[in-house]
Amino acid sequence: MRDHQVIKVALVGNPNTGKSSLFNQLTGLNQKVSNYPGVTVEKKTGTAKLSNTITAHVVDLPGTYSINPSSADENIVLQSFLNAESEYPDVAVVVADVENLKRNLYLFSQIKDLEIPAILVINMSDQMKRKGISIDIDLLKQELNSEVVLISARKNIGVEALKEAIINYKTINTSVIADIANRIDAVFFNKVKSTFKEISLYKAWLLITQYQNFSTLDNELKEKIKSFREDASRLKKMQNRETILRYQYINAILKKTYKVNINEATGLRFKLDKILTHKIFGYVIFAGILMLIFQSIFDWTSMPMDFIDAQFSQLSDYVKHHFSQGVFTNLLADGIIPGIGGIVIFIPQIAMLFFLISILEETGYMSRVVFLMDKIMRRFGMSGKSVIPLISGTACAIPAIMAARNISGWKERLVTILVTPFTTCSARLPVYAIIIALVIPDKRFLGVFSLQGLTLMALYLLGFVAAIASGYLLHKILKINEKSFFVIEMPNYKLPSLKNVLFTVLEKTKAFVFGAGKIILALSIVLWFLASNGPESYKNATEIVTNTNSSLQLPQDEMDQKIASYKLEHSYIGIAGKTIEPMIKPLGYDWKIGIALLTSFAAREVFVSTLATIYSVEDDNTATIKERMAAEINQDTGKKRFDFPVGMSLLVFYAFAMQCMGTLAIVKRETNTWKWSLLQLFGMTALAYLLALLTFTVLS
Amino acid sequence: MNTTIADLTVGEKGIIEDIPYESVPLKLLEMGCLPGKEVELIQLAPLNDPLYIKVNGSHLAIRKETAKLIVITKSENLCETIKS
Repeated sequence: MRDHQVIKVALVGNPNTGKSSLFNQLTGLNQKVSNYPGVTVEKKTGTAKLSNTITAHVVDLPGTYSINPSSADENIVLQSFLNAESEYPDVAVVVADVENLKRNLYLFSQIKDLEIPAILVINMSDQMKRKGISIDIDLLKQELNSEVVLISARKNIGVEALKEAIINYKTINTSVIADIANRIDAVFFNKVKSTFKEISLYKAWLLITQYQNFSTLDNELKEKIKSFREDASRLKKMQNRETILRYQYINAILKKTYKVNINEATGLRFKLDKILTHKIFGYVIFAGILMLIFQSIFDWTSMPMDFIDAQFSQLSDYVKHHFSQGVFTNLLADGIIPGIGGIVIFIPQIAMLFFLISILEETGYMSRVVFLMDKIMRRFGMSGKSVIPLISGTACAIPAIMAARNISGWKERLVTILVTPFTTCSARLPVYAIIIALVIPDKRFLGVFSLQGLTLMALYLLGFVAAIASGYLLHKILKINEKSFFVIEMPNYKLPSLKNVLFTVLEKTKAFVFGAGKIILALSIVLWFLASNGPESYKNATEIVTNTNSSLQLPQDEMDQKIASYKLEHSYIGIAGKTIEPMIKPLGYDWKIGIALLTSFAAREVFVSTLATIYSVEDDNTATIKERMAAEINQDTGKKRFDFPVGMSLLVFYAFAMQCMGTLAIVKRETNTWKWSLLQLFGMTALAYLLALLTFTVLS
Repeated sequence: MNTTIADLTVGEKGIIEDIPYESVPLKLLEMGCLPGKEVELIQLAPLNDPLYIKVNGSHLAIRKETAKLIVITKSENLCETIKS
């Protein structure tokens, strides 16, 4: 048997060209998402079977209009072609959209100039007839001196021909596309050529003009690069000249090979734009879509979420009653199972949210929202593109903050990252739900609106107001001077492809489960350990309690309860709770709530499971967590522990506090420094403390 | 005062005369916004910012501050110039 051959393929292309469709078509479910070393940009890779003996290892690079990057995402494309030696692609597949071939060829011409085998894939060929487009493929191949394949990724047309072209990549001509360098400045480029003998001329030019940290370069090369960087404004002029020359070259080729019959071009785009970007209707439609999103996240997902909740608590009970008693059983029943349950319960919401968001992005509508919202968001230090992170934040801040990557202005991106955690994420929901149920009467206002529902809505509004207001503050405070590079494409409308949407949902959900989930699970186990272990006084709990109460002649079950409660108080976590009690007393909390505040620093929803753990450790009755919390008495006043002022104070605290380790970690990764994570942590916690204090003081 | 993209009304067209390369991002040029190309204003967001334009086959949205920098000749003026 012959050795198995692997061809490394880099998939590049403009956004909205159907590059993802092609990637999904080539690799199917054989794909995985990892991170590029050192940066957070997701690396999508997959394998495709080309023939019985040949496999392609495909990297789906982020969509970009040019190899000159203007955002963190686009930078990856440049790095992939300049930096990574071990993963340097054998062949580049440049995906172009038939309608915007001119602009797509711009990127193709740059890739081709790197002198690597490049295949031009013209996608959406099924649209050609409708749009009145005709292309002379043979002539185009000849003019570009490259392989050209016409495909429709959605309809799976031409994919086999592309595979064939990839297999034969060695036969593709790798000479530069046009003698652009000499036409810009022959003297300058001759000097570049003689200085950098080992690499292609265009690669050398990119190294000179891109002020990136090419960590893998040796010092000699770095010095050479530096020597060409003296006159920055001249370099910029040359880059502009390069752009103009590339377009001249492309125009000349397209004149011969590409024809559009304008009469056949449809007016649908024009009509839809008139309505969707209308000064009034545009906003009305957007508001309607937002309401639909919220409705679906909170209403349509409650059934699967309740179901998951019930299944996990049943599983936990089953383990407790059917496994032999011991440390392992306890860890499983009280640590691991509730921990996993706490992650799985959010899957329906996150999946639903990304299902809807990816439909909006696939159709091209999201760009219209960016267009409509840009001016408004700019007043609050953000960009129109910040709308997507802020909406995503209602499910989970972690993917939301990652979605801020395509905001090209650093200040706008930073403000978006900093304020996104204020939006009411789904982890706050269980906290809100249980406290609202405890302190807000189940009555109706004006006979229609449920008071509990109105409170929840008010909390959502509070989250958005907090995000917007802090954005405004940061906008005024942060002294970052930079030019904003706001240029977005308004893509043509198209029907979303269900396959692409489902792949996105799968990918985002996996990222949440394995990213945030790991932290939540780990902390649940740590928490379990801290609550079921302690110093000497914990270990001797039975003895101490029996001795001090020996005169009382208590029945066995009451004695057990006293022991359990003594144990909790003297466990490590109990000691921690007691330590912070003086600090949180002004907010109306005791040490048990203190424990929950501490543990829920990991993730907000842990608040509920911690209280469940605390009260179940104390009391082994099968009452629900809500009943146990309602029965809890404040030792100082003799009244209910969770009364109205305490409940409201907790709600306000959770609305503002930065209670999420996952978010802190992601902010650190996205901003490359702990500075902003810490600012967020202390700023938000201080704000939460003060406002909770105010709430409690006013109400009690 | 030069006429710029920001002076177009919805539906109006013009030819790009000059782009100050120093202050406009390279990305705009790379997306097809180049001297000599026709530009059409398709839609304005509220407060006339950003602008939704069509240039060189690309549909783009740019901010007013950028639009103000790109000098054009309005197409009807162009016709008059040719006639006279």
